[in-house]
Amino acid sequence: MRKVYHKIIQVSGNVISVEAEGVSYNELAEVSTKRGVSLAQVIRLSENKVYLQVFAGSRGVSTNDEVRFLGKSMQISSSQNLLGRIFNGAGVPRDNRPAIKEDMIEIGGPSVNPSKRIIPKRMVKTNIPMIDLFNSLVVSQKIPIFSVAGEPYNELLARIAMQAEVDVIVLGGMGLKYDDYLVFRDTLEKHGALTRTVMFMHTASDPVVECLLVPDVALAVSEAYALEGKDVLVLLTDMTNYSDSLKEIAITMEQIPSNRGYPGDLYSQLAARYEKAVDFDGAGSITVLTVTTMPGDDVTHPVPDNTGYITEGQFYLKNGRIEPFGSLSRLKQQVNGDTRKDHRAIMDTMIRLYANYKETCEKQSMGFSMSQWDNKLLKYGVLFEQRMMDLSVNIPLEESLNIGWKTLAECFDKAETGIKTDMLNEFWPKSETTA
Amino acid sequence: MPETNQGRIVGVNGNMITVKFDTFVTQNEVAYAILGDKRLKCEVIRVRGSNADLQVFESTNGLTVGDIVSFTGELLSVELGPGLLTMVYDGLQNPLDQLAKKSGFFLERGVYLPALDQNAKWDFTPSVKADDSISAGDYLGSVPEGIYTHYICAPFDLQGTWKIESISPAGSYTIKDKIASVKSEKGNVRELTMSQKWPVKIPIKCYREKLLPEKTLITQQRIIDTFFPVAVGGTFCTPGPFGAGKTVLQHAISQHAQTDVVIVCACGERAGEVVEILKEYPHLEDPRTGRSLMERSIIICNTSSMPVAAREASVYTAITLAEYYRQMGLNALLLADSTSRWAQALREMSGRLEEIPGEEGFPAYLESLIASFYERAGLVKLNNGKLGSVTVGGAVSPAGGNFEEPVTQATLKVVGCFLGLSKQRADSRRFPSIHPLESWSHYTSLVDKEDIAKARKMLRRGMEVNQMMNVVGEEGTSTDDYVIYLKSEFLDSVYLQQNTFDPVDGASDADRQIHVFKKTIFVLDSKFSFKAKEDARQFFMGLRQMFIDWNYLKFGSDKFKYQEDHINSRLKELANA
Repeated sequence: MRKVYHKIIQVSGNVISVEAEGVSYNELAEVSTKRGVSLAQVIRLSENKVYLQVFAGSRGVSTNDEVRFLGKSMQISSSQNLLGRIFNGAGVPRDNRPAIKEDMIEIGGPSVNPSKRIIPKRMVKTNIPMIDLFNSLVVSQKIPIFSVAGEPYNELLARIAMQAEVDVIVLGGMGLKYDDYLVFRDTLEKHGALTRTVMFMHTASDPVVECLLVPDVALAVSEAYALEGKDVLVLLTDMTNYSDSLKEIAITMEQIPSNRGYPGDLYSQLAARYEKAVDFDGAGSITVLTVTTMPGDDVTHPVPDNTGYITEGQFYLKNGRIEPFGSLSRLKQQVNGDTRKDHRAIMDTMIRLYANYKETCEKQSMGFSMSQWDNKLLKYGVLFEQRMMDLSVNIPLEESLNIGWKTLAECFDKAETGIKTDMLNEFWPKSETTA
Repeated sequence: MPETNQGRIVGVNGNMITVKFDTFVTQNEVAYAILGDKRLKCEVIRVRGSNADLQVFESTNGLTVGDIVSFTGELLSVELGPGLLTMVYDGLQNPLDQLAKKSGFFLERGVYLPALDQNAKWDFTPSVKADDSISAGDYLGSVPEGIYTHYICAPFDLQGTWKIESISPAGSYTIKDKIASVKSEKGNVRELTMSQKWPVKIPIKCYREKLLPEKTLITQQRIIDTFFPVAVGGTFCTPGPFGAGKTVLQHAISQHAQTDVVIVCACGERAGEVVEILKEYPHLEDPRTGRSLMERSIIICNTSSMPVAAREASVYTAITLAEYYRQMGLNALLLADSTSRWAQALREMSGRLEEIPGEEGFPAYLESLIASFYERAGLVKLNNGKLGSVTVGGAVSPAGGNFEEPVTQATLKVVGCFLGLSKQRADSRRFPSIHPLESWSHYTSLVDKEDIAKARKMLRRGMEVNQMMNVVGEEGTSTDDYVIYLKSEFLDSVYLQQNTFDPVDGASDADRQIHVFKKTIFVLDSKFSFKAKEDARQFFMGLRQMFIDWNYLKFGSDKFKYQEDHINSRLKELANA
């Protein structure tokens, strides 16, 4: 039996400290208060003073409450029985079913040896043309959806989760509205995806410290599954809430802030989580798709800025559409050469023409006269937005390529597309050549 | 070695531990925190009274107040000797391939392996004989290492002149076999092997003098070599926001730069990018030697998820290896991606030490550390008269893409060449996205100064005209101004932009650059008279296409010459018209 400590000497924010001996860094403890028992984790040792962050928050913690150290660090079950279940950030079930205690693993494990990674070569099909066709998602990619509050980013995330051909989905919610949580749960249930999903949910009303645990437990479980050879898709929303929780704890611990109050190690903290994305040489894979909301739609805000340096591109969701400019999949080159041979040609041409359309729109708004070419572009732009950018479009890659050709043929002459002749001869729609 | 000096942990704060020591400690010495059967490497970074603060190069999970720390008395060092080339190390010079064999998928903490193969045999040929006098850095002999002759140097820490007592005859030895013994004037005797240790934070200075870097380092990137050249032994930096193509540019330079040894230091960046190098370089051919690119490379990778303290060490490890090859009279190029991550590692430690922060939380000594790092680059004349160099290129990742931030500013003060990457150019797919008006270089270009000035003037004028056109429209612009704009766009698309992924266009050697630039300048100098703007646009569009096609043809090939004739006749046509 481990020793119990009764003297809490400091309570500040969600961090308490006690005088104790033989406690190790990152060890877990149980704090029993009148409100019940909460887990807490050691975040600093100094002489005989031990600082703990209390998962359930410090509200109602009394100085003579009991602190019992457990002699182990945070663990989570990696059992197959997790599938279909919903937990909170501390791994406690929130679906009124029994807790799972088998195959316990530590969270926040060491990083993967780069020489055991392979160059990713497999595409994740989502049936969203703006992703599949223009910025393909690749197995083992880490990529955020940059968005602002009010955009349908969680709907997009849920949709990708349901349509992606992966073995396991691990969903981590951080600071979600309770409604969003219910929507996620019901959507997955309705589409029968719940049985291959594990959910770790932290809602906005839950204690802030639990939010910090969500990515770590989600990724630890994913890693265990990936090592068994499974392709795992990890969805984390919203990483800005996670960063804000980091900020809160850092300020409580009187750390010197670097930029807008965020701790200096924000980059390392985010990177340690995102870098869990991997395609193992000889086992499965982890693909990480997250949501990062940008306060004030400002991409230079510390959270999206640091994220951009870590991730392999980003999807930029604005006005309910994935913007072709600002979105980038750094890994698309690895896969879009092996899909259909017109993939890259269609991708480049349609984006180039859409950029021209945007310029024409600007000219039009400034009152310059419209040439014949401008009118063609105006027609094209509208069709492009309808057929490709609208988020309700749900078609496989093959079909979106065909629609691409159709759209080009409806708006332009062959030569105006600048596509190589042999490609045109093969793919240009025959019946529409009158355009 | 007996445990000379020990201490006990009194505090743990993230990756920093505070240790109460028994006797004495040395600043920057290496110590090991004992955790069960694991030994976690740390470095002393501050001493206060009988307490020392140590940064731990591993996760500190599970450490307890009262745990033992054993001090080694040695500064953080790397092992230097034959076999470094082709290796892939972490920031502390642990070979990653061997680590994978030992501990599998993950980098288990507390596992340290020898940096060099202890059993490999090298064919040693001595170049000194008994009774010869030697001093630090002198060659004792050599072994062939892949494509180079690897000179075995006398220890860089030898003080004064020593006499060779004995030297092994030519033959095959491992790096641990004794090859010589030397005696000092005072009668001390040292036994030498083919490898030696050197503390990473101290520059290797066994050379006669440092020279002014004058020769252009051919990176085969047109915009660099022609407009913003890097010198052999010089320094440059490539700051840019994310998505501007920093890493692609660094990879292109590491592949195509005409230098002997390339050391890539992936410092706190994505693991995926390192994997690309790891898996691709062995299959890429170095045109200078006809051998795999890997044979001239060393890769140091401390990716963003690896422990932060080791990230700080990784840039020093990398530059020490570069200095070592400089001692052999070779030209080494170090590419560090990215120095901002290194600075952030400093910031994290500084925060834990509760030092008074400077701008944006960075420590006040950031500037001097950055300066002393870049100052380790240089072209030197060795004691034996040979020339060797270390060229350093650092990527910088400024927060929010704002160059006003401390790391970029501190770097700009000490480098000789600034290649500023622009988000705007990257967004309009103009790669490499080096900004042609904001970047600068103090080094000598491949081509004539006046031509460069002319070309830059054209770019500046072109930009002005473009801005004007955005306001008044094409209709309100004179044809002359419009032609200036077209010329600047022409220069941009046929010369400044380069397709890194094309085998021919991706690497443009010196002769080709001089040749093509002359032709480009000729076009810029030519006076064309066009009836209408549309004619001018058509003409330059056509000319641009011809030049771009030309860029994709092998230099000096028949097709290249044919295309050149084609271009000449088109230019003549218009002059006559």
